[in-house]
Amino acid sequence: MSSWDRPQDVVEKALAASTADGQVAFVVESSAANLRWASNSLTTNGSVRSRQVVVISFVDGGAGMAAGTVARTGSPDVAALVAASEQAARDAGPAEDAVPLVSEAPPGAGDWDADPAETSIGVFRDFAPALGEAFGGARDRGELLFGYAEHGMATTYLGTSTGLRLRHDQPSGRVELNGKSGDMSRSVWAGVGTRDFADVSVADLVGDVQRKLGWSQRRIDLPAGRYETLLPPSAVSDLMIYTHWTMQARDADEGRNVYARPGGGNRIGERLAALPLTLRSDPFEPGLEACPFQVVSGSSASASVFDNGMGTPAVEWISGGVLANLIRPRAWALRTTAPATATVDNLVLELPGATESLDEMVAATDRGLLLTTLWYIREVDPQTLLLTGLTRDGVFLVEGGEVAGAVNNFRFNESPVDLLGRITQAGRTERTLPREWNDWFTRAAMPAVRVPDFNMSSVSPAS
Amino acid sequence: MAASRDVDASFLALPLSALTDAALTRALDLGCEHADLRVERIRTQSISLRDARLESLADGEDLGLAVRVVHEGTWGFAAGVVLTAAEAVRLAEEAVAVAQVSAAVNSDRVELAPEPVYPDATWVSHYDVDPFEVPDAEKTGLLTELSEQLLAADGVEHVETVCQAVKEQKYYADTAGTRTRQQRVRIHPDLTALTVDRTTGAFESMRTIAPPAGRGWEYLTGTGWDWRAEIAEIPELLREKAKAPSVQAGRYDLVVDPSNLWLTIHESIGHATELDRALGYEAAYAGTSFATVDKLGTLRYGSEIMDVTGDRTAPHGLSTIGWDDEGVAGQQWDVIRNGVLVGYQVDRNTARMGGMARSNGCAFADSPQHTPVQRMANVSLQPAPDGPATDELIAGVERGIYVVGDKSWSIDMQRYNFQFTGQRFYRIEGGELAGQLRDVAYQATTTDFWGSMRVVGGPQTYQLGGAFNCGKGQPGQVAPVSHGCPVALFENVNVLNTSHEAGR
Repeated sequence: MSSWDRPQDVVEKALAASTADGQVAFVVESSAANLRWASNSLTTNGSVRSRQVVVISFVDGGAGMAAGTVARTGSPDVAALVAASEQAARDAGPAEDAVPLVSEAPPGAGDWDADPAETSIGVFRDFAPALGEAFGGARDRGELLFGYAEHGMATTYLGTSTGLRLRHDQPSGRVELNGKSGDMSRSVWAGVGTRDFADVSVADLVGDVQRKLGWSQRRIDLPAGRYETLLPPSAVSDLMIYTHWTMQARDADEGRNVYARPGGGNRIGERLAALPLTLRSDPFEPGLEACPFQVVSGSSASASVFDNGMGTPAVEWISGGVLANLIRPRAWALRTTAPATATVDNLVLELPGATESLDEMVAATDRGLLLTTLWYIREVDPQTLLLTGLTRDGVFLVEGGEVAGAVNNFRFNESPVDLLGRITQAGRTERTLPREWNDWFTRAAMPAVRVPDFNMSSVSPAS
Repeated sequence: MAASRDVDASFLALPLSALTDAALTRALDLGCEHADLRVERIRTQSISLRDARLESLADGEDLGLAVRVVHEGTWGFAAGVVLTAAEAVRLAEEAVAVAQVSAAVNSDRVELAPEPVYPDATWVSHYDVDPFEVPDAEKTGLLTELSEQLLAADGVEHVETVCQAVKEQKYYADTAGTRTRQQRVRIHPDLTALTVDRTTGAFESMRTIAPPAGRGWEYLTGTGWDWRAEIAEIPELLREKAKAPSVQAGRYDLVVDPSNLWLTIHESIGHATELDRALGYEAAYAGTSFATVDKLGTLRYGSEIMDVTGDRTAPHGLSTIGWDDEGVAGQQWDVIRNGVLVGYQVDRNTARMGGMARSNGCAFADSPQHTPVQRMANVSLQPAPDGPATDELIAGVERGIYVVGDKSWSIDMQRYNFQFTGQRFYRIEGGELAGQLRDVAYQATTTDFWGSMRVVGGPQTYQLGGAFNCGKGQPGQVAPVSHGCPVALFENVNVLNTSHEAGR
C-alpha cells in the first residue's frame, strides 16, 4: 500500500508510471450522508467516504489500439494498477471504438490544484430537527411519514497522457417524503432534488403531502381503460429519462432500437412530438449543473473510453418536436459521418412559451386523471419502446376543473416515444425529482403534460 | 474442491484484528450497546462483447471498512476506505455522531434478537475455479468463440455477450465476540442473438436461459450448464420466433418453465415475504407487502400444493452464506406451507419487532459503503415428490401456452399486480406444443395466480434460477439471489398481446 496521496498526485503517479501508448487516469473522491425513515421514525443512516482510482491503458499491438480498465478503491499500489491495466489492454485485442485520445481541454473544467469538495452528516443539521417536528405533526394527525434524504459530493480528477488535467465537483441531493394515512390505505408523495439542502423546505414538502392526503379523503374506484391524463413533471421525467437512455445511434443505425428507420438508417429528422417540444441536456443548465466533460470507465454503445475528457456541450436530442440527435461516441461518429455527442447528467424538456402551472392545467380539465409518480418502469418491447409500470402515491380524478378524489392505482403499458406524438398540452418547465430513476438521475426539469388517451392496462389494488 | 478451500491469504493478511480492536473498543468507550465492524473486498469483472468483438473489460475492486453502532437505541453507520486503526477509531466516532444527529428523528429503539457467538468462523462457497485466477485472455477467448458460433448461424445478425464475475470477501466482528471470515464466488454469462428485418424494420432477440450461479469459471467449461448445446439451438428458435403468429389476447392455461417461474417467485413471493417491507421500512421506495404481519398463519397465498422455503444454505445459491452481515448463521425455514403464509425473511432488529426469538439470517450489505438491510434468502418453490416431468405436464393441457425464459418484469408496490414476458412462448394444443407465439405477456394478481396453480412438477424439473441485481434500500443496494422451482401449471391466466398494448 502506498501512502495516502492527494488525488491529483495519484493521477500524476499513474500517468508517470505508464509504459503504454496512452493512458487515462481518474480519481473520484466522494463523501455522502443519508437519513432514512419509516412510520415517523428513523430506520437507517450513514456517513461514508470513498476514493475510486481508475486507470485505463491504451496499447497498440500492431493491429490497432486496445484498451484495458482497472479500478480500485482506497489507496492502491499505483504502479501495480498501471501494470494490471496495461496487461488487460495487451490481452484485449484491437478496440472497435479506437480513436486518438482527446487533447483539447473542454470549457468549464475546475481548479485542478484545489482540494476535493466534501459533505458530511452536518448537512442535515437544520433538516433533521425540522423532520423530527414533521414527525410530531404527523403523529398528532394519525398519519405516517416515510422517506429518504441524501447528500453526496463527488470530485473527479481526470488526467490523460495527452495533457488534459480536468476537475469537476458534483454535488447531488434528494429528498423523498411519502405520507400515508394511519391504516396505510391512502398514500401520497413529494420529492425534490437539490445541490446543497439550503433550498430544501421540510414545511413545503409536508404541505404538498398534506394537500394530496386531503384530496385522498374521497376514494373513487375506476376500471382499466384509456383516460385523459395529466402527468406531473416527475412522471414525465421518468418517461423522458428512459426515452433518452435508449438513444444510442449505433443501435438505431443497426436497426435495433425504436430510433431505427425501417429500410435502414435512423429516424433523425423525423417528427416525434406533435407539439414543438425540445428535449435537451446542458452541463451549464442553472441549478442542474453537471460534469462538462466525459468520464468513462468502460465502452458501450453510449460511451467510449477513448472519449475521456471530451467536452459535452449542450445538445438538443429532440428539437421543436423533431428527433435531432442520438448518443454517438466519436468512433461511431467517424464511421457514420455524423457528429459525436454524449450524454450529460441532466435532462430538460420544454415547450417554448408555455406558462401553465399544473394547477392551471387541472382547472382546465373537464374530466381526467391527475397522476403523482410512476413506478417499476420496465421495457416490454424495444421495437416500440413499450414500457410497463405502475402509477404510485396519488392518482386523482379531476372533474369540472377540481380534484374530486383519489382513484385506485393502475398498471400502464405505454411507449414514451408514442406518447410524445399524443401530448396535446405541456405546461411550464420546472425542476423535478424523478421517482423511478432518482438513484441514478436527480437533475431534471420537465413540464406537466396532458395526454388524451393514456393506456391504463389494468387495476392495481396496491396503495 | 470447495470443502478444502480457505479464504484467500491476501484478504486474511489485512490488519483485521487491529481494526477490530480499534473500532469496537472506541465504540464501547463511547457508550454503544452494540457495535460491529465489517471489512470487505469485493472483486468484480464485467466482460462485454458486441458481435463477437470485445467491447469492454472492466475489472474492479471495492475494498473498505464500515462501523455500525447502536447508541442509546439509535443506529449509527460510517464507512471509509483507509484500513488503519486510526481510521477505524474515526469511523466509530463518526458512527456515534451519526446516531446523535439521527436521535432527533428516532422513536423506535433498536434491539437485536440474540444469536450465539461464533468466535472463529470461516466459510467458503462451492466453486472449483476462481474466475480471477483465469487469465483475461483465456476468458475473452472462450467468450469470443461462443459468440462467433452464435453469430455464424443463419439469420443471426448481431450477438451481445456479457459475463460478470464477482468474488466477495467479508470479515465481520461484533462486540458480542463473533468473528467470521467468508469468501464466495458467482458468475453470470449470457449471450443474446438478434435478427433484423431491414425492409419492415422488425427486430427480434433471444437470450440464453442459463441462470447466474454461485460457481466459478468451471460454469463456462462444462460444469452445471452446456453452453455449446444451448447456443446451437438458439438460431432456429429465434428464426421460429421471428415468424411466429402474434398471440390472441385472452385467458390461457400456462405451463411455466423454471427458467421463467423463478422471477415470478422472486417478485411475488420473495419480496412480499420480507418482514421489513411488511413493517413499512421500504414503504417510500421498494414498497410494502399485501402479506401483512396480522395475516401470518392464515393468509391463503396459493393452492394447497404450494410449499415455499427460504434458505441461505443451498449449494450454488446466490444468497447462500455461512453467516449473514450481522453474524447470524445461515438457515432454512418455511415461508408458505400448503398454500398458507407461515414465515418471513428477517434480520436481527426486525426479528425482535416480529416477535421472533431469533433472526433467520437475512442481513446483507452489498458493499463496505452500505449498511446491512434485510435482503432476500433463496426463496424456492418445492417440487412435488412424485410430480410430472415437463412433457407429461404439457400432455395434460388442452389449450394453453408454455412459457420459457425470463425477460420483462414489473410488479406493484404491494406485490399484487404483476406483468411478465419471456424468451419463448409455445402454443399448447391437445397436449402438444404447436409452435411459438409472439407478443405474449401474462398479467395477474399474486394470490389469484398462485391460487390457480393446479400441478407442481417433480424434482426432475427443479432448477435454480436467479439474478445478480435485485434492488432494494436507499441508498440503493443490489443483492444476488437464487430461486429454485419445478415446472408448474397455472389455470386460466390473463394473457395480453403487447403489440396491441402499444396501440398497434
